[in-house]
Amino acid sequence: MIDPKEIRERMKIPKQPMGEQEPMERIKNFYEVPHGYTEEQAIEEARRCIQCKNPLCVDGCPVGIDIPYFIRLIEEGKFIEAARKLKETNGLPAVCGRVCPQEDQCERVCIIGKKGEPVAIGRLEKFAADYEREHGEVTIPNIPKWTGKKVAVVGGGPAGLTAAGDLVKMGHRVTVFEALHTPGGVLMYGIPEFRLPKKIVESEVDYLRKMGVDIQCNSVVGKLDTIDELLSEDYDAVFVGSGAGLPYFMNIPGENLVGVYSANEFLTRVNLMKAFQFPEYDTPVLKGKRVAVIGGGNTAMDAARTALRLCPEEVSIIYRRSREELPAREEEIHHGEEEGLVFRLLHNPIKFTGNDDGRLTAIECVKMELGEPDDSGRRRPIVIEGSEFTLDCDVAILSIGNGANPLIQQTSPDIKTNKWGNITIDQDTGRTSKKGVFAGGDIVRGGSTVILAMGDARRAANSIDEYLKTGQW
Amino acid sequence: MFEITEKKKLAHLVYQFKIKAPSIAKKREAGQFVILRMNEHGERIPLTIADSDNEAGTITVIVQEVGRSTMLLSGLDAGDTILDVVGPLGMPTHIENFGRAVCVGGGIGTAVTFPIGAALKEAGNEVISIIGSRTKELLILEEEMRSVSDELLVTTDDGSYGHHGFVTDVLKNLLDDKKKPVDIVIAVGPVPMMRAVAEVTRPYKVKTLASLNPIMVDGTGMCGACRVTIAGEVKFVCVDGPEFDAHDTDFDELIMRNRSYFKEEKTATEEYAYHQGQGGCCDEKKTDA
Ligand SMILES: Cc1cc2nc3c(=O)[nH]c(=O)nc-3n(C[C@H](O)[C@H](O)[C@H](O)COP(=O)(O)OP(=O)(O)OC[C@H]3O[C@@H](n4cnc5c(N)ncnc54)[C@H](O)[C@@H]3O)c2cc1C
Ligand SMILES: Cc1cc2nc3c(=O)[nH]c(=O)nc-3n(C[C@H](O)[C@H](O)[C@H](O)COP(=O)(O)OP(=O)(O)OC[C@H]3O[C@@H](n4cnc5c(N)ncnc54)[C@H](O)[C@@H]3O)c2cc1C
Ligand code: SF4
Ligand code: SF4
Ligand code: FES
Repeated sequence: MIDPKEIRERMKIPKQPMGEQEPMERIKNFYEVPHGYTEEQAIEEARRCIQCKNPLCVDGCPVGIDIPYFIRLIEEGKFIEAARKLKETNGLPAVCGRVCPQEDQCERVCIIGKKGEPVAIGRLEKFAADYEREHGEVTIPNIPKWTGKKVAVVGGGPAGLTAAGDLVKMGHRVTVFEALHTPGGVLMYGIPEFRLPKKIVESEVDYLRKMGVDIQCNSVVGKLDTIDELLSEDYDAVFVGSGAGLPYFMNIPGENLVGVYSANEFLTRVNLMKAFQFPEYDTPVLKGKRVAVIGGGNTAMDAARTALRLCPEEVSIIYRRSREELPAREEEIHHGEEEGLVFRLLHNPIKFTGNDDGRLTAIECVKMELGEPDDSGRRRPIVIEGSEFTLDCDVAILSIGNGANPLIQQTSPDIKTNKWGNITIDQDTGRTSKKGVFAGGDIVRGGSTVILAMGDARRAANSIDEYLKTGQW
Repeated sequence: MFEITEKKKLAHLVYQFKIKAPSIAKKREAGQFVILRMNEHGERIPLTIADSDNEAGTITVIVQEVGRSTMLLSGLDAGDTILDVVGPLGMPTHIENFGRAVCVGGGIGTAVTFPIGAALKEAGNEVISIIGSRTKELLILEEEMRSVSDELLVTTDDGSYGHHGFVTDVLKNLLDDKKKPVDIVIAVGPVPMMRAVAEVTRPYKVKTLASLNPIMVDGTGMCGACRVTIAGEVKFVCVDGPEFDAHDTDFDELIMRNRSYFKEEKTATEEYAYHQGQGGCCDEKKTDA
């Protein structure tokens, strides 16, 4: 416990700033934007935590990390121990420390935040995890004797990897089937290098492999083996974490012109296939001169900031509501503004136009105003009559959301889904309507967050363990 | 890693490979394809599974050199490996006993009509195949197609072999034969050829399928690169196709979209050729030759 006097002292420490690459420098490269804390900064920031007896922050974390405990270890300079503490509840701390929307979760409820800036929990998490990795101190936990049970995991995104890690630690054999040539899901193909360096995801995957998780890439469940075949051939249970990878389009004219991309395609070309290094890497991407990104979420910001780094003249965000309603994280919006993104708020595209070669040349837009709140409580955007205008542009990136990947449901119709194609589960256990099959992450939630996908997977892993032990459904 | 167990040259710039991929061999059906990535720097390119051998655990692909990735593959030999092979992707061809079925294969497209023809034959159809190419040297799979067809008709654009003319000329003759109505036509080849076939069969109201070959990335429905317009609706070829009703297909859009990376492909191909020591006058090593 910390005495009241010291609490007052601690509350005087300012939040430690995080160094980052200068905006004009970083838009020329794909390196990570923030540099991360030094050891001294981390200790100083850790001292800002007053070690609450009833830490609100822990309730704000979807996986319930013992936040004051790991922060105290940092304060004491026990960085490796801090990382291990984190890993007890969060298999991917280096990832979450970077991409978690902390401002809506742990940091939003931190008591220090009531009067000033909350403790930088995410940055400390990143610091500890990076320290452990960079100092080669990653150790493999002891794996119990094999229980004789095997589990198949469909999809190697954060949900699938978390379930796999938890299940091997319980002594089960686990095989992850991943459709792409690399595991990681959105962490590899969606979130850009400058926000989440791919070597971090690779080292997390490597850690799982060392624990004994078998990862089979290039394996599309439903096309190779179906879930029924997995269950009847080799496996005692299946966890489905196949994500929300089916891009929506707007169904407006000209959408199939050359130069109109889904954010998934644009980001996959650049991140997974490394088109930013074309022709050293073989996959091309159209860089364009004037790029417009349609949508206002994290994916839109990622696509826009990626496009900026491919050096076009102008990259703009077209979003139909106002800045206040932008669903992206504040940090991303801020970084985008610094980097020179143009925000065309209260705008909406109605038509793409092209030249004789079928290449995009312009977007016809209308201006919008906000009306009465709709079902979601947000004010409904309404078209302003006669506000049509043309915006020159040669690459447009649609980022208006993803539906559920339909591959699993096509071959396993007995797994119940809702009207959007998302798998329905029992919230507490992650059980689907099919015996032996569990699910979690974006395939259940639609677009969501890394940490919620991981939380689902953890819950499902626990009930898979129980099911394997008792055989009861 | 996937090992190449056999390589055979079928025609100018056309090679057949057998690749060890037992689980794909076991599952694949006619009409499905794989996506390959040659190496760490490689693109993901789709190729139809032309045949498979469950016992040997191999799949057969037939590839035509058209750009960097297909050149890279063509340069490999038996014993070499391919980094990634994923499949079988796409929907299998819907096979039933239609009656009298005509398979039209143009150029490399014959590699796709072969497994479909074989499956149609097996299902009891009377299979008539029309295969065509620009010239005799480019014709592939003639014997294989004959083996699965009740009748095989060959055309060359330059008249160097078989019927002098286009596959569509021969197809029209078949359709005009009132005594033997055609129940279904399946066309695979260059997009302009498939478009022409659709136009020939349209007035006869004969069901016509085409196997579409848009640019792809993931092949699992995640990116939308492969989208095409079918009867005014957007479809993803990698998960909804690759076969669609040719009369409903917007072929012009497909041609346009397949030219998306025209400039970039040229750069990549030139780069490749240069590194192979075929860089022409700018290649120092070759100037005194
Ligand atoms: C561009 C972008 C930026 C984002 N930024 C953030 C952020 O900053 N913070 C945050 O918290 N969240 C962010 N998200 C959301 C977050 O990435 C997802 O919520 C999370 O990845 C979901 O994890 P998942 O494991 O359920 O699915 P995914 O990450 O989608 O992984 C699913 C995996 O399953 C594979 N798969 C699919 N079908 C099959 C099959 N039939 N057989 C085998 N494998 C299959 C896929 O190839 C994929 O690898 C972002 C999302 C995107 C697209
Ligand atoms: C379902 C499907 C099945 C196919 N089956 C075969 C087959 O059995 N044998 C075969 O030789 N080819 C097949 N193709 C075409 C083959 O994928 C392309 O020729 C190959 O990707 C070209 O790559 P490249 O780098 O060599 O050429 P590039 O230099 O990239 O392009 C050369 C030409 O190929 C077209 N092209 C480029 N990328 C693709 C792509 N990803 N998909 C389709 N076309 C592309 C371009 O429009 C261009 O005209 C198939 C395509 C699809 C979609
Ligand atoms: S995992 Fe996310 S929510 Fe939980 S403590 Fe870390 S940053 Fe906060
Ligand atoms: S709420 Fe804030 S101050 Fe309290 S324990 Fe959590 S991080 Fe520390
Ligand atoms: S290739 Fe990506 S959706 Fe078809």
